[in-house]
Amino acid sequence: MTRAVQIGEAILSVESVSLAFGGVKALQEVSFDVREHEIRAIIGPNGAGKSSMLNVINGVYHPQQGKIRLRANGAWREFRDMDPHEAAAMGIARTFQNIALFKGMTVLDNVLTGRNLKMRCSFLEQAIWIGRARREEHEHRRAVEEIIDFLEIQHIRKTLVGKLPYGLQKRVELARALAAEPTLLLLDEPMSGMNLEEKQDMCRFVLDVNDHYGTTIVLIEHDMSVVMDISDRVVVLDYGRKIADGTPDEVRANQAVIDAYLGVAH
Amino acid sequence: MSIDIGTHNTFPKLLLHHALVRGALPAIREKDLGIWQTWTWREFADEVRALACGLASQGFKRGDHLALVGDNRPRIYAAVCAAQCLGGIPVPLYQDAIAAEMAFPIQNAEVAYAVVEDQEQVDKLLEILPQCPSLKRIYYDDARGMRHYTQAQLMSYEKLRELGRESHSRDPAFLETQIAKGAGSDTAAMFFTSGTTGNPKGVVLTHHALIDRAKAAAEMEGLSDSDVVLAYLPPAWIGQNIFSYAQPFVTGYSICCPESAETVMTDMREIGPTYYFAPPRVFEALLTQVSIRIQDLWWGGRRSYEYFMGIASRVGGAILDGKQVSLKERLQYFLGELFVYGPLRNVLGMSRVRVAYTAGEAIGPDLFKFYRSIGINLKQLYGSTETSVFVCIQPNGQVKADTVGPAVPGVELKFTPERELLIRSPGLFKEYYKNPQATLEAKDREGWFHTGDAGYFDADGHVKIIDRVKDVGKLADGTLFAPKYLENKLKFFPYIKEAVAFGHARDQVCVFINFDFEAVANWAEKRHMPYTGYTDLASREEVLSLVRECIERVNADVAQEPEIANSQIRRFLILHKELDADDGELTRTRKVRRGAIADKYQPLVDALYSGKGAVHIEAQVKYEDGRSGMFSADLAIRDAKTFAPAAAKRAA
Repeated sequence: MTRAVQIGEAILSVESVSLAFGGVKALQEVSFDVREHEIRAIIGPNGAGKSSMLNVINGVYHPQQGKIRLRANGAWREFRDMDPHEAAAMGIARTFQNIALFKGMTVLDNVLTGRNLKMRCSFLEQAIWIGRARREEHEHRRAVEEIIDFLEIQHIRKTLVGKLPYGLQKRVELARALAAEPTLLLLDEPMSGMNLEEKQDMCRFVLDVNDHYGTTIVLIEHDMSVVMDISDRVVVLDYGRKIADGTPDEVRANQAVIDAYLGVAH
Repeated sequence: MSIDIGTHNTFPKLLLHHALVRGALPAIREKDLGIWQTWTWREFADEVRALACGLASQGFKRGDHLALVGDNRPRIYAAVCAAQCLGGIPVPLYQDAIAAEMAFPIQNAEVAYAVVEDQEQVDKLLEILPQCPSLKRIYYDDARGMRHYTQAQLMSYEKLRELGRESHSRDPAFLETQIAKGAGSDTAAMFFTSGTTGNPKGVVLTHHALIDRAKAAAEMEGLSDSDVVLAYLPPAWIGQNIFSYAQPFVTGYSICCPESAETVMTDMREIGPTYYFAPPRVFEALLTQVSIRIQDLWWGGRRSYEYFMGIASRVGGAILDGKQVSLKERLQYFLGELFVYGPLRNVLGMSRVRVAYTAGEAIGPDLFKFYRSIGINLKQLYGSTETSVFVCIQPNGQVKADTVGPAVPGVELKFTPERELLIRSPGLFKEYYKNPQATLEAKDREGWFHTGDAGYFDADGHVKIIDRVKDVGKLADGTLFAPKYLENKLKFFPYIKEAVAFGHARDQVCVFINFDFEAVANWAEKRHMPYTGYTDLASREEVLSLVRECIERVNADVAQEPEIANSQIRRFLILHKELDADDGELTRTRKVRRGAIADKYQPLVDALYSGKGAVHIEAQVKYEDGRSGMFSADLAIRDAKTFAPAAAKRAA
């Protein structure tokens, strides 16, 4: 199948980023780029630094060395100490490895929180709920309903998130991230702990999001078959270093990757 | 509500009528993006007009077939009517069928045009395109995921409608003339029946047949344009088409399309339909949900539920039927209505239901009575694709758990000596498409349709369907023997999972029983009976008595029916293992393969008829891991009490 949106130029560039927690070197001199509209996977064994990498892109961790450059509206901006809310304002949204939803709220309300940065009205206007605030809420609700339709979660719209099975919670988290209309979507192990069917559904949705909204996606995943099937390019980390970077086929054939995953005979 | 179906003799003419008479009333609702969107009759007629003109501009002409594949969507129904406006024939196909199953209907009807719901259906049709060269155009409703499809056959629904609007503005009188050309005797639609053997058959139904039956049933139930129906079963099934197309077109009521298959329960609660249909398994699933939630209540709530359900089962049905009930019991029922039945109906989404039907298979009497006792007017009906559904309906006040009711006005019924039900009705199908031989086999020269169902009239003139004709046998003394009827009666007990009845050409009826392991294990635990497994329980005297009581209750029931009173069950045994599809004892849809079981367990059958009290069995069993082993046991055979037939009393 041909793609609706052709992969474009790089929109994110990670340049020799190093991150250490005390003596633990989580990331060492890692560089790679992410092109517009592509699905970019970051893989690696446990403790390789995958989530740290995502947290750096997202502005949760600030690297000691190196920089992140992001292209928004055609202009490159360089970051060293970006805060998460700045990242969000730049169009980066993410999901978490351990689901971070509001368990006591309905699916609908959770997804609506994803629209937070798009809300323009003041607190007072929203409290009175007339004119602009009302119009705005209708717009947000519509946007959210479209995402609910897109991810096929209509049947749980009014259900409390805490009551949902794990696979569905993951989908709700994706919905909330999408509600922010991100240009870059970071997915931290979107398929962990899922059964085969849930994984297939999630793969379908990730591909659909990429295809329909043209969203650039960076994902971390353990399941190699998933990664190889849906990503355009793969970065492989091991002990905080980048050991390979390329298409799934190239990565699969790479001796360093095989060694890292299977271990080397001693 | 009475509408003149002499002048409004086709669906498009009915549509124009409603657009004129009740243009501002809702015709169809759809929940889209979380909000119920309403199309009035006028809007619906406009949509149909644009679509019909669009189809015409694409070369669709009188007699062409239009395939429809999709869930209940206003646009799918609009397409059905658009095809009929042009004298074309809509052919709805099951949206969950696999691609290969769609090939035959499309080839058979030489379908050139198709309106489908979404990408999934487009993919299926494109897959079978090489086998179906007749298919020229595919119109899709939901454009999601369709951007990179470049096939020349494809066009979006919106584009088709746009073409239609242009062509309508060029020639505004075109469609009216096309609609006026239609006659009641034209084919209105074609439905493919599943066909258990061989290819499916296309059942051709005329406008007259569908409209006449829809009207007869609507008049009987007093349906009006204020009724509301939830359209949630596949549109390719005749029943859904009757309830959500033919009857609304006759009475002007509105239908509601749920958001998705998973939201049906919530949507039903929001809409509160007044007219409802569901097969028995849906009612059963709903009751199970209720029972589970009742178990979770605090003890006071549970006790009051049990108390009021006790009252409901005593008097609820009688109150619904308008029978005499004492003032005290009325008062009790009223309190129950306040605290239990009303809220329960609300949870089920049935607060406003005036008429509910069930059909398709036998419904358990307890299940049936449960719904009636809480004030839901649940009734049974009988019909098939070939008869435009309505053949028998239970009239209000004459509802029974085990009949399907008397004939609907206009229908003639009779039974052959072999007990086969024959039907003559204005709703009968015209023919099986391109299959004159099958048509002749099903519909004889005098116009009687042979249903293949066996049954008889009960004392009140209600039709009672007992089995398929090919399965019905006779005892040695000539008594009617309907194995499935007896087996079903047994299976309605929660303790009995499967039953296999023998008796054809024998002097008495004997059965094999499989009890429901979960239910009986629970029962045993409550009695502190230790056991090791199914086989162990099967040999227990207590379990044998439990099963015997069930059988004797069936016997008492059967004794009330003079036609089959002699086929009461005399002897039974409990099989040492559960019948299993892997051992060839059940079909994959869990139907008993009576012949295969009789062959396999020949010694057991012989023992049942030899009068012995026990039988030794050695059998090879296959374990789930694929190994097999030998098994031997003594199975007890017990007699069951029989009852004097009621016929003697009645004759006296």
